[in-house]
Amino acid sequence: MTTTVPDGGTTQGARARRGGGGPATRRALRLDRRYLPVVGTFVVLALILVVGGMRYDNFLSVGVLANLFINNSFLIVLAVGMTFVILTGGIDLSVGAVLALSAVTAAYLLNAGMPAGVVIPLVVLVGSVIGLLVGAMVHVFEIQPFIATLAAMFFARGLCFLVAPESIPISEETFVALAGWDTWIGGQWRITSSVVIALVVVAVAFYLLHYTQFGRTVYAIGGGEQSARLMGLPVARTKVLVYVVSGTCAGIGGLLFAMYSRSGYSLTGVAMELDAIAAVVIGGTLLTGGTGFVLGSVLGVLVLGLIQTVITFEGTLSSWWTKIVIGGLLLVFVILQRVLTVRRT
Amino acid sequence: MAPRTAPADPVVEMYGITVERSGTRVLDDVDLLLRPGEVHALMGENGAGKSTLIGALTGTVPILAGDVLVDGAPRTPESVARSRAEGIATVFQESHLSPHLTVAENVMIGHEVRRWFGIDWSSTRERASAALAALGLEDVDPRAPLEDLSPATKQLVAVARAIVLEPRVLVLDEPTSSLDAAEASRLLGVVRRLRDQGAAVLFVSHFLEQVFEVSDRLTVLRGGRVVAEYRTAEVERAELISKMIGEDIDALQALHSERLSHHYAQPGEVTLRAASLGRRGVLEPTDVELSRGEVVGFAGLRGSGRTELARLMSGVERPDRGELWFDGARVQLRSPGAALRYRIAMSSENLRDDGIVAGLTVRQNIVLALQALRGWTRPLSRGEQDAIVDTYLDALRLSPDDLDRPAGELSGGTQQKVLLARLLATRPHVLILDEPTRGIDIAAKLDIQRRVARLAGEGVAVVFISSELEEVVRLSDRIVVLKDREKIGELSNGPGVTVDTIVEMIAADTGEAGPDAEG
Ligand SMILES: Nc1ncnc2c1ncn2[C@@H]1O[C@H](COP(=O)(O)OP(=O)(O)OP(=O)(O)O)[C@@H](O)[C@H]1O
Ligand SMILES: [Mg+2]
Repeated sequence: MTTTVPDGGTTQGARARRGGGGPATRRALRLDRRYLPVVGTFVVLALILVVGGMRYDNFLSVGVLANLFINNSFLIVLAVGMTFVILTGGIDLSVGAVLALSAVTAAYLLNAGMPAGVVIPLVVLVGSVIGLLVGAMVHVFEIQPFIATLAAMFFARGLCFLVAPESIPISEETFVALAGWDTWIGGQWRITSSVVIALVVVAVAFYLLHYTQFGRTVYAIGGGEQSARLMGLPVARTKVLVYVVSGTCAGIGGLLFAMYSRSGYSLTGVAMELDAIAAVVIGGTLLTGGTGFVLGSVLGVLVLGLIQTVITFEGTLSSWWTKIVIGGLLLVFVILQRVLTVRRT
Repeated sequence: MAPRTAPADPVVEMYGITVERSGTRVLDDVDLLLRPGEVHALMGENGAGKSTLIGALTGTVPILAGDVLVDGAPRTPESVARSRAEGIATVFQESHLSPHLTVAENVMIGHEVRRWFGIDWSSTRERASAALAALGLEDVDPRAPLEDLSPATKQLVAVARAIVLEPRVLVLDEPTSSLDAAEASRLLGVVRRLRDQGAAVLFVSHFLEQVFEVSDRLTVLRGGRVVAEYRTAEVERAELISKMIGEDIDALQALHSERLSHHYAQPGEVTLRAASLGRRGVLEPTDVELSRGEVVGFAGLRGSGRTELARLMSGVERPDRGELWFDGARVQLRSPGAALRYRIAMSSENLRDDGIVAGLTVRQNIVLALQALRGWTRPLSRGEQDAIVDTYLDALRLSPDDLDRPAGELSGGTQQKVLLARLLATRPHVLILDEPTRGIDIAAKLDIQRRVARLAGEGVAVVFISSELEEVVRLSDRIVVLKDREKIGELSNGPGVTVDTIVEMIAADTGEAGPDAEG
């Protein structure tokens, strides 16, 4: 004979809901928790703005803020791609080198007389293909993402030198025109083509992550690969695709960098993958995967950019202070995440 | 049972299925037929191969030999996604949901409602809510993250995920292991409804009564072979049990009587005492005394506070009022580790999810807690390890062959046993067991009960918590009854105390409604 008796649900959330404890307040609290890291990033951003605005004249000028986007457009794109990878619990160390490869290839091909209409899709494709190779290594041969993307990093950097050891200036007309395009949107806000491209990438990424099965599978894999497989989700395809997304973003980033610098140089973007990772983490995405938002990563890039701006405004400080502050901030955010996850359990 | 027409052609046919894992044969020439409109129960001890057979059907376990046919056509199971596409929905034994995603998404991911712009979240949530409501989870907020839910609710979410597709074949691997009576019977109701609509159901459970209640046909596995097949209506419980364990039923019954003799022993001195122990919003201040050599049952309904009381007494959760006294001295338990230093050990309700270290061997898993207690600088010698491990082999019916295998390769129930062995290896003075027999086969369940009785006989103070009230009544010397996060009374166990005594006590308290154990 087996009579079971309703047992004690251990979780307070479930119990409160069952017991009819105010669902409205519950919901508000819960939203808080999931968005908390992003809110934290936002607070830091606001804090820097306020403090900077009080300390320096002109800091809060529209020009400075618009430049923040312009100078960091390629980093935004890299961070967006990196977000996909980190959400699955992986990492992509190759993006800096792929960015350089894409920029150098663009410069080389444009100089060789190829039209911009062909070069632009082509260099983006270079990024996608490298991403595909990385994805295949990670998935088919089960190589650690760290190692696979490290290999891809050396490979892409080596290719850069093969294409062109020296810096190549870009003079192709269409490309220069595109790079120089800008418009004023309301008052003093200037927005350039690279900012437009970066924002479009952000929007597409947001759409992919939140409104497609691919995006949701990315989150599910971050919550546990075996679980995702048992749920019948296309784990293999998705794991390869996130590296393709990241590679493609690096390709686009290279294009933006070429537009920004009007040249291609094989030594650009060294250690830029680390900036991208820092931005993603500061933006509230867990390195173990499963939680995070692409908009958080954008905020993360802006925080990094603002720190740089502050150091510039300070004038007397060496630019290495940027690194020190970023390092400290990174630590704070990682600890914050730690605390949040410990609380949860 | 609903009246049935003549048996239809099987949807799923498995013939001669043979599976090897790490070189050992875990399934040997197994046949299984699933017919529409029929619930087919798969029975067997822990490690008999039930989950492996399900894996073979869903493509998560490679098949060495044998044929699988769906709708009469041969095919090679290759992935869960493929089997879902063919209308085979599975609830696996291990947790297979995504903790960070919302409840609704866990039900719907992979088959969200999609429109031209992508996922239509409001329709998706609606469909999820409908499936959840069918299982009695209408109060659960579909937007809540899954990790906020209790083990029982998570298990029901996994079932909701399976039924939301209205599958032709529903495979349930121990779907009721963390459920209470009301939840389980609601789930069985849903299973019956799907069956009557023509679905074929494969049902695995260690709860005999549920199997008899819901199934039409039974297949018994032992050691990877089919040892018997019955129509449920035509089999005796005793025969079924002896088929499963391969032993005579009398051996089991002997265990029962041995246990019962314990009730009359005199309890020793008080060892752990909670004085007005409580925590705001979790448990009202509660007094409990545990004595050496005594088994105390905590009984109560959902959310009654029995798990919470156990957690507060074992350092898992920090109390914010009241005191805890251990052997006459006041103690503060800041963590389970601190409690372990006083030899107070607790097994948690969802032991297996967070307890087993899949990569370590069974032996290493068993000595883990003891080693942690000793400190990592003083490793246990092989001889000491062997001595400890040997002690628990027999007691928990673990097989010696399993000792040096990675724990991740064990069947679900066996992992549960390993964790119990780990706890016992610390030689606790106070042992708090929250649902220790969940997911464990009948023979091992009785072994554990016997073990608990023996420990009490050796002077350990034991707390025993179980959703199966029979088990609590059978084992306990004293029963603490809780309701609404408050202790409402204590019963000294004796011949006059039955399950009904406890149920009535809970129902009578402050004249409120009784247990909502309707079907
Ligand atoms: N990955 C694996 N590698 C090696 N052996 C395995 C693996 N998975 C399972 N086994 C073995 O296969 C046998 C059958 O396991 P299975 O999980 O099918 O049992 P079960 O009948 O579902 O038991 P339970 O009731 O405990 O869930 C066990 O002896 C187990 O140790
Ligand atoms: Mg099993």
